[in-house]
Amino acid sequence: MTSYIIRRLLLIIPTVFVALSFLFFLFFLLPGDPASLIAGGANRAIDQGVLDRINARYGLNDPIPVQFVHYWQRTIQWDLGESFLNRRSVNEILGERSINSIRLGIWAILIEIIVGIAVGLLAAIRRYSIADKLTTIITAGASAVPVFVLGFVLQYLFAVQPNKLGWPEWTKLRTSGLGPDTWTFFFIPTGEQWRYLILPAITLASVSTALLARMTRGSMLEVLRADYMRTARSKGLGERDVVIRHGLRNAMLPVVTLIGIDFGTVIGVAVLTETTFSWPGLGSEIVQAVGQRDLPVLLGLTLAVVLAYALINLVVDLSYAWFDPRIRLGEGENS
Amino acid sequence: MTLTEPAAPGAIEGSSDFTGGLDIAAARPLRVDVWRRFKRNRLAMVGLVLVVLLVLVAIFAPWIAPYGITERSSDFRQGPSSDHWFGTDGIGRDVFSRVVNGARVSVRIGFLATAMSLILGLVLGCLGGYFGGITDTLVMRLTDVFLAIPYTVLAVAIATVVGRSINSVILIIGLTGWLGIARIVRASFLSLKRLEYVEAAHALGFSRSRIIMRHILPNALQPIIVYGTIAVGSVILTEAALSFLGVGVQEPTPAWGLMVAQGKGNLVNAPHLMFFPGAAIFLTVLAFVFIGDGLRDALDPKLK
Repeated sequence: MTSYIIRRLLLIIPTVFVALSFLFFLFFLLPGDPASLIAGGANRAIDQGVLDRINARYGLNDPIPVQFVHYWQRTIQWDLGESFLNRRSVNEILGERSINSIRLGIWAILIEIIVGIAVGLLAAIRRYSIADKLTTIITAGASAVPVFVLGFVLQYLFAVQPNKLGWPEWTKLRTSGLGPDTWTFFFIPTGEQWRYLILPAITLASVSTALLARMTRGSMLEVLRADYMRTARSKGLGERDVVIRHGLRNAMLPVVTLIGIDFGTVIGVAVLTETTFSWPGLGSEIVQAVGQRDLPVLLGLTLAVVLAYALINLVVDLSYAWFDPRIRLGEGENS
Repeated sequence: MTLTEPAAPGAIEGSSDFTGGLDIAAARPLRVDVWRRFKRNRLAMVGLVLVVLLVLVAIFAPWIAPYGITERSSDFRQGPSSDHWFGTDGIGRDVFSRVVNGARVSVRIGFLATAMSLILGLVLGCLGGYFGGITDTLVMRLTDVFLAIPYTVLAVAIATVVGRSINSVILIIGLTGWLGIARIVRASFLSLKRLEYVEAAHALGFSRSRIIMRHILPNALQPIIVYGTIAVGSVILTEAALSFLGVGVQEPTPAWGLMVAQGKGNLVNAPHLMFFPGAAIFLTVLAFVFIGDGLRDALDPKLK
């Protein structure tokens, strides 16, 4: 077990190294000179002296391999450099942005787990009922609607309409920005804050909730037919115990995999949600950094995301052993 | 949908219809069976009708659209009317004509990018799964690396480099979309190559390419067909997302994602700018999801 974990942790290193190096070299293929960008935009005429000083300061005149080595020397010490655009430390930006991302992500995952598993479970138990058929259609719909379109529809229904029709104040939700930034226990919004959080959280959760409901339903249907379910019933257990303790736990394996993957997609998809709701998280900042050729910000934030993603995947794999003791990690695997 | 006949014993099981009682042995071509089961799935048929409609609209777009895609009228941001069925946009262009022409963009990107990632994924997955060893390790590590970068970040980064024409969007999505397919193909190959009929083919002295193409690949096709169908939908979603983020197709090309992005400032006074192209994306992707689900159930009745 321990050697398995160590081996997996060691495997993360080359993966992250190649992924980040790929983005590093991709950046040098981008049109546009970073020095003139740092000096204040590509469209203005900039004094050559200024450009030279910037190039010297950021080492942009060095050959690319030298810059590459310097980049990794700094990065290994967790010094992510400073933004080309506003000279802020990337570590600082990362700290600030990732907290917003994590808060939004926690709520999206909570919604996904609660709604997704509940809906999938009910659909499986009441198979062929109208509720089941509705679930099939709605989940297909939720996975087909573009995240940003869903975001705008929600904004229209819960912010534009209440204002137009003069509904009471508490029905009006906020559609833009972080809000007053007041939280208790790190992630529970207080006061006005929940009005800013609720729409982006639902939007971010929509796709993964639909997938999870489908997955739970499918997995549960398979389990419900299993012999041990009949055994549990014939033992005289109540239906609730049979379904929850014997059924759900066995049906959880693929579901847990999906939830694990979703921690990754929550960050990936969050680009669109965060852009739609102007939520100041990691995703929107990374995309902005790409657009503005802000290499240190792009690489620094992506590094954090990639590391988090890899560690979460490891935890997911470890949790298999807990959900299904038949699985022995690290023995006879060939991938 | 053309489905190759199973080329060897041990092929797709459960392909004969058991409701027929006595005629179990009657060898009906697989695709007839699949089509019969597919037809019974109402949602899948709805999806199929929608896709046929979409393709027809894309082909006949110039004849259907009442106005040109860059033709301006003097009405800005007008709601739907008899002159302009879907209203007009911020510079007076007819939204209906642009949505109709947008079908061309989506269909072209959807099918070509999917084809590209299917081919890449098939080739790399075959190589990894069949030959194993160092080839396999290389292919798998490559997918690991690209799966480690959040997909949107990867696509946006490559998009910024490649440029913003329709063809570059096809290239971006094609180059980034093969990872899942490669993994599926590899997994099928790993299990199929150990079966007896493959061993038999080896013993008969068939060449490796013949074994891969004629014996293993047809039996690995099922999940690929399902995945490929749903992939067309996700490609269209990705294209819309790239356009929305400003790194996809450029003005004045009538891409649906771009039109939604342009409508976003007018949510209060002109929601139709966002609604119609948004609905077009939704219906298109939904159609492919329905067909994909229907195909999965039709190809593998055991799952149902």
